[in-house]
Formats: sequence, structure tokens, C-alpha cells
Amino acid sequence: MLSIQGVRTFYGSIEALKGVDLEVAEGEIVTLIGANGAGKSTLLMTVCGSPQARSGRILFEGREITRLPTFEIVRRGIAQSPEGRRIFPRMTVLENLQMGSVTAEPGSYARELERVFELFPRLKERMHQRGGTLSGGEQQMLAIGRALMSQPRLLLLDEPSLGLAPLVVRQIFSVIRDINRERGMTVFLVEQNAFHALKLAHRGYVLVNGRVTLGGTGAELLANAEVRTAYLEGGH
Amino acid sequence: MEYFLQQLINGLTLGAIYGLIAIGYTMVYGIIGMINFAHGEIYMIGAFVAVIAFIVLGLAGITWAPAAIALVLLLSMAFTAVYGWTVERFAYRPLRGAPRLAPLISAIGMSILLQNYVQLLQGARVKPIPPVVQGGFTIIERADGFAVNISYLQILIILTTVALMAGFTALINGTPLGRAQRACEQDKKMAGLLGVDVDRTISLTFVMGAALAAVAGVMVTMYYGVIDFFIGFLAGVKAFTAAVLGGIGSLPGAMLGGLAIGLIEAFWSGYFSIEYKDVAAFSILVLVLIFRPTGLLGRPEIEKV
Ligand SMILES: Nc1ncnc2c1ncn2[C@@H]1O[C@H](COP(=O)(O)OP(=O)(O)O)[C@@H](O)[C@H]1O
Ligand SMILES: [Mg+2]
Repeated sequence: MLSIQGVRTFYGSIEALKGVDLEVAEGEIVTLIGANGAGKSTLLMTVCGSPQARSGRILFEGREITRLPTFEIVRRGIAQSPEGRRIFPRMTVLENLQMGSVTAEPGSYARELERVFELFPRLKERMHQRGGTLSGGEQQMLAIGRALMSQPRLLLLDEPSLGLAPLVVRQIFSVIRDINRERGMTVFLVEQNAFHALKLAHRGYVLVNGRVTLGGTGAELLANAEVRTAYLEGGH
Repeated sequence: MEYFLQQLINGLTLGAIYGLIAIGYTMVYGIIGMINFAHGEIYMIGAFVAVIAFIVLGLAGITWAPAAIALVLLLSMAFTAVYGWTVERFAYRPLRGAPRLAPLISAIGMSILLQNYVQLLQGARVKPIPPVVQGGFTIIERADGFAVNISYLQILIILTTVALMAGFTALINGTPLGRAQRACEQDKKMAGLLGVDVDRTISLTFVMGAALAAVAGVMVTMYYGVIDFFIGFLAGVKAFTAAVLGGIGSLPGAMLGGLAIGLIEAFWSGYFSIEYKDVAAFSILVLVLIFRPTGLLGRPEIEKV
């Protein structure tokens, strides 16, 4: 469904991605783990065309999207809950969700809103509250809910567990599992919280300094000695 | 008391015009964080289109005021919208992402360019038009003969402005376009990630600001009966002052600021001296900014990441 081939991305003269190859198949949860600064967020943003890859190709459902403007890419069915959640702070929860349906097919709004409220009842309670006043966990729920409003076929999640209490992390991960199992939603999950991510994902990749160094099933990576020392030490 | 009431009516009229122009400054600042110095010239162009349109309609025999005004408004809004769009597209958009000073200088350049362009095309002399709406009525007449008057034109200006501002507020708060504009204002990158065409949204913001300035231009043309290529400067500075006074970036702030500047100007000319009316407005601005740096309705500047 998503095919990343030899992608290199630069910030000025700094090369953040040094030729990344990676595949996400339909219906999968694929995770990308890596240390801070490895280039994980850059990869997700490059998929969305901001910044654009300097070389290499990105295909979505077999069609090249490498050079499309961001709004064209997301209109094809990709939604992202970005690093830092990026909730519109001076819009209400409901307005944030409405912003999520910019690219949705007309008439789907009420149904999708209902589904988001089913997944995150907390958002319904806070519907008229401003986004900026939500707790971190609620903001993460809102960021995912907003992404779901567009009925994407591919959901990109950038560190949804960052800075959240363990209980909230478990809740969010169980929602990710549910939308994958029940709706067949394809999920590409970037995480530093490697243990949870690898347990949840069908497959995973390890990104080190702009390059993919390892790939395999979640279970394989969990058992891998390198992964254990680098990302799971002292863990869980 | 009667004298006060008369100045209030005059001030409201002026304030309505400043408010309409101020909206353009505040919306553009809100969405791309830049002062569009050419906005006063857009308003001036709106006034010139009005003069030309009134003359042409007069020649064509369309003299029934409501029809003439409606047509002139539409024409002027359409023309200035094109100018607003063009200025953004060619003078500002290429500089997006450049240091903040670059679009600012480009804006000052556009302002001078548009002024000279109109001067070349239309000449430097003032352009008069015959009165379009005449008459009015007397609200109170004092025993000594002093009367408080409100002209039909003043009523038209105030009502049109109130209607436009209400409509515009509803558009910003309640429509997908308005929501997209607010989203771009808060986080352009995220708006783009959600499928908003950010460039198009910015263009539309310029178009809307220009159309509102055009309405102000048409009103001023009818109110004073004469215009010249330089009117955009002072009106622009005052409307900008209004936007800052109200809190730049805030829509109700621009309306309130416009009203305040109009009232200050009217009362100052009415009670003190007509010479220093501009100084008065700017002095009040300085005072407000000393005690409330974010303007009357502005919110404190939040660090943008
Ligand atoms: N906007 C930017 N400008 C310049 N360098 C950046 C920018 N964003 C990220 N980088 C650099 O690119 C590299 C990868 O960053 P990032 O993709 O955020 O990593 P991760 O998400 O894995 O923590 C880092 O060295 C970071 O400093
Ligand atoms: Mg990151």
C-alpha cells in the first residue's frame, strides 16, 4: 500500500534520511522505532510531502506521490497524527474534528464523528472545550480522532505515547489495535516506546541515523539482541 | 448634548469606514503575520473604480440610486478582489519563508507602485462625482436652531457596515472556509496535513480583505464626493492604527478599533481643533499600547514553535 524506495530528505544541507526503503502492506500495523533524532518524524512528514524527498520514490496504492503538494497527498487517503499532536489550540474539540473532515467524502461527517466519539467518549464530553485546554492524553485522542475523520486508508501516527501516563498509553494502543482489527485500517506507527509498539505491530523497522538497519516481525525484533540492548533496556 | 449626538453620528460613520479597512489588515496579519502596507492602496483603487463606475452608469442612464450603488459595489469589490489576489500572488507569495523584512519591503513597494499606477492612469487631480444619495432627517432641533442631522448616506454606511461585519463574522466562525482560515492562522503546517490548500486559503483572505476595503472605498467616494490617488495613505495608516488598537489579528478588535478611531477623530475635531485630529488618534494608540501592548481585544503573543 505504501512503498518507500531509496528516499533521501534534507534540511538545508543536513541529510536527515539517507536512503530509506520500507513497505507497509494493506491491513498491517507497521512500526518504526528509533532513537531521538533518527529521522522518524522526518520520514512521516516526507510521506506527506513536507518536506519533499530530494531523491527516491514514494508510492501510495501503486501511484507515485513523491512530488505532490501536501494537500493532494492527504486527499488520496493518508492522514497523520503528527509529532507534538498539533491540536488547534483556539478551536473547540468539535472544530478540530471538523478540520479533520476537510478531505472526507461529503455526507460522511456525522457518521465519522459518531465513530470517533465511540472510540474516545472523553472527546464527546469535552466537545465544546478549546483544544488548548485539554490534557496531553486528551490531545492525543483528539489528534487521532481528527485524523480518522477523513476516513483515511493509511493512518500515520507519530509517537502517540509520548509524555503520557502508562494507563493512557495502554488505552491509546488498544484503540489503535481496534481500528486495525475492526476496520482493517492500515497503520504506520512511529514510536520510541519500542516495547509496546513491537508487541502491537505485525512488522517493524529500526531506523538509525537516517537509515533502516533492521526489519522483521514484531516478535523477531522483540527477541533481537541488538534491539533489546538499544531500545528495551531497563524496560517493562 | 445635541452637539455630542451629532459628533457621535459623524464618528460612527467614519468608524464604520475605518473598521471595514482594518479588517483587511488584521486578517492578513493573522494568517501570514505580515502588515500589508499596500492595503490602503487597494481601498483607494476601490474608490477609483467607484468613481468610474458611477460615471459610466450615469451615462448608461442607470441613475436610480439603489441600483447604481449595488452595481458599483459589486464592480468595485470584484476589481479590488483581483488586485488583492494579484498583489498576494506576485509580491508576497514568492517571499513566503524569507526573512520577515522581505515581504514588508515588498509591501511598501507595492503600495508606492499602485499609487503611481493610479496617478499615471487617472491623473493627479481630484476626482469629483455628483452626489448619489441626498437628504436625511433631523433627529432633534434645539430652540436656538442647532439641529442634529443624520443623512441617508450615513444611515446607509452604518447599516451596510453592520450587515457586512455580521456576515463576515458568521463566515469566519461558522463556515468551512472560515474554519480553514482560522486553522491556517494557528498552524499552517497542520492545516496542510489535513488537506487544506494553504496557499489558496491565504489568497482568499486577501480577496476578502480587498472586497471589504472596496466597500469602504465606495462609501467614502459617496460621502466626500471627491477622491484622489493619495487617499489610501492616510486612510490606510488610520485603519492600521485601528487594527493595532483593537488587537492586531482579532476580527472584533478591528471593528472596535475602527469605531474607536472614528469616534476619537470626530469628537476631537468637534470639541478641540480639526487640525490635530490625526495626532489625537495616534496619541490614543500610543497610550493604549503602553498599558495594553496587545491592543484592546488582542491576546498575548504566544510563542510559536
Ligand atoms: N525542521 C528541521 N530543520 C532542520 N533540521 C531538522 C528539522 N527537523 C528535524 N531536523 C533534524 O533531522 C534529524 C531527524 O529529526 P527527526 O525526524 O525529528 O527525528 P525523530 O523523529 O526520529 O526524533 C535530527 O538530526 C534533527 O535535528
Ligand atoms: Mg520525532
